[in-house]
Amino acid sequence: MMLARDDQSSLQSPLKRTPLHALHGSSGGKMVPFAGYDMPVQFSTGVLREHLHTRSSAGLFDVSHMGQIALHAKSGKVEDAALALERLVPQDILAVARGRQRYAQFTNAAGGILDDLMVANFGSHLFLVVNAACKAEDEAHLRANLQDACVIEPLQNRALIALQGPKACSVLAELCADVAAMRFMDAGPRRVAGIECFVSRSGYTGEDGFEISVPAEQAETLAKALLGNSDVLPIGLGARDSLRLEAGLCLYGHDIDVTTTPVEGALEWSIQKSRRNGGARAGGFPGADKILAQLENGAPRRRVGLRPEGRAPVREGAPLFADSASSEQIGAVTSGGFGPSINAPVAMGYLPSSQAAPGGLVFAELRGGRLPLRVAATPFVPNTYKR
Amino acid sequence: MMTLFTSDHEWLRIEGDIATIGVTDYAQSQLGDVVFVELPKVGRSLKKAEAAAVVESVKAASDVYAPISGEVMEVNDALMAEPALVNSDAAGKAWFFKLKIADRSELGGLMDEAAYTKHTA
Repeated sequence: MMLARDDQSSLQSPLKRTPLHALHGSSGGKMVPFAGYDMPVQFSTGVLREHLHTRSSAGLFDVSHMGQIALHAKSGKVEDAALALERLVPQDILAVARGRQRYAQFTNAAGGILDDLMVANFGSHLFLVVNAACKAEDEAHLRANLQDACVIEPLQNRALIALQGPKACSVLAELCADVAAMRFMDAGPRRVAGIECFVSRSGYTGEDGFEISVPAEQAETLAKALLGNSDVLPIGLGARDSLRLEAGLCLYGHDIDVTTTPVEGALEWSIQKSRRNGGARAGGFPGADKILAQLENGAPRRRVGLRPEGRAPVREGAPLFADSASSEQIGAVTSGGFGPSINAPVAMGYLPSSQAAPGGLVFAELRGGRLPLRVAATPFVPNTYKR
Repeated sequence: MMTLFTSDHEWLRIEGDIATIGVTDYAQSQLGDVVFVELPKVGRSLKKAEAAAVVESVKAASDVYAPISGEVMEVNDALMAEPALVNSDAAGKAWFFKLKIADRSELGGLMDEAAYTKHTA
C-alpha cells in the first residue's frame, strides 16, 4: 500500500513554528506541514480518540498559525473601525457590541469569498482572527482598502489556543473565574492564570469552548497549565477537521473559496438585515450586487450536508451525479471523511439548488462505482454552544 | 510457512500455493485509526501491483496493491464489520485476502522479515 508521505517540507521553504512547537514534540505530536507551519496532525492518542475525547471532555488545540489582527480606527472610535470594515464584508459590524464577536467573510467584486474570519469588538478597537493560509493576503487587503481610516496591526507575537468540549468551561474557570459567565461569542481581554489574554467563547468543533489569544512567550506556560488538568488532552489537526466537519462548519479553501458566494456557501444566516436590500447600510461591500440579488432570488447552487449511505467515506473532489447511471456531473464533494461521533461517513458538497433539499438522494463516483448519499441538514452532530 | 513483505508495507504468509495478505503493523501505525476496509471480490483475478483493497483512516484513503498475481480465494469479512482490527492485530486477525499464487517466481522479488525491518528503520 502507498502510505501518505508526511514529510514534504524538505523541498519547500522552511516551515514556521508556533510558540507551542517544542511542547508538541515533547507531547508525542506527529508533525506535518500545514499552511506553511509544522503542525501536529495527531498525538499518541490518535485521531479517533482525540475526536471523541473533545466531544466528551475537553481538547486543547494549537491554532497559533491563524492570523490575529488588531484594527484601530485613526479617529480612536471603534465605531469608525467597524464602519470601515463593513466596506469589505457583508456583515453588520457596527452592531457588534463591545465584548461580542461575529463571524464574517471578506468578499471580492464577483461575490466570491476571499477568506472567512471572526471579528470581535474590544471597546477600543476590533480584533480579527483570519485563516493561516490567507493571513498575508488579508493583511494586504486591509491595508489596500482601509488605510485611510484604520491602522492595521498584525499581532505576530501571540499564540492562539482553543479549548473545546463540555468540560472546557470548568477547566478554564480554574484559571479564570470570569469565563463561566461568558456566553457563546462573548470576547474580550481576560486574565488567565495571571496572564493577560484575549478570550472568546467560540471555536471550530460544534462544542462549547474557548479560544485564548496569549502572548507567545507565555503560551507554553498556559498550555501546560491547561494540560495539567486530567480532563484535557492535546488534539491535532486531524481531529480538528473531523470535529468541524461533523459540526457542519466550512473549511476555507475547500467548502468555500473565491468561486463560491456566501449564499452559495449556505452562509446567509451570517448576513444581517441591515446590509441587505432595504437595510440601513445595504450593500457597500465587494460583490454586493451579486450577493444581494442571490439573497433575494436564490443562487444556482448550494452547499449541503451529505450522508453516504454505506460505510465508505466519500472524500473531497468526488463528483456527484443525480442517479447511478447519468453521465452529467451535477456537483462535487468539498469535504468528506468519517465522523467518529456518529460512527458513519459524513461529507459536504455543492449541488444545484433544485436538488439541495434535505432528504434527496445523489450519487458519488468512487473507485469506478457509484455510491448513494442522502442530502442532510447540518450540523450532523448537534452543537452545544452556551447561548 | 514463510512470511514475506513488500516495500509498500504488505505482508504475505505463504502456505502451499496460497498467499494470505495483509498490511504491516508499521503501516497501521502510520495510517492511524482505520474506519473502513474494502476488499476484492472472491474469484477476481489480480495482477501484481493492481489495486486490490482500500483501507481508510479518519484522515485518508490508501490503496492496498496485490503484491503478486493470483485469484482471490477468500476475503476477511470480519474486517468490514470491524475495521479497527487493522490497528489491533495487523499481522494476525486483520488479514485482508487470500490469493492462489499464479506465478511463484514473483515471490523472489519480496523481502524477508529482516530486510523489511531494515526498510522501515
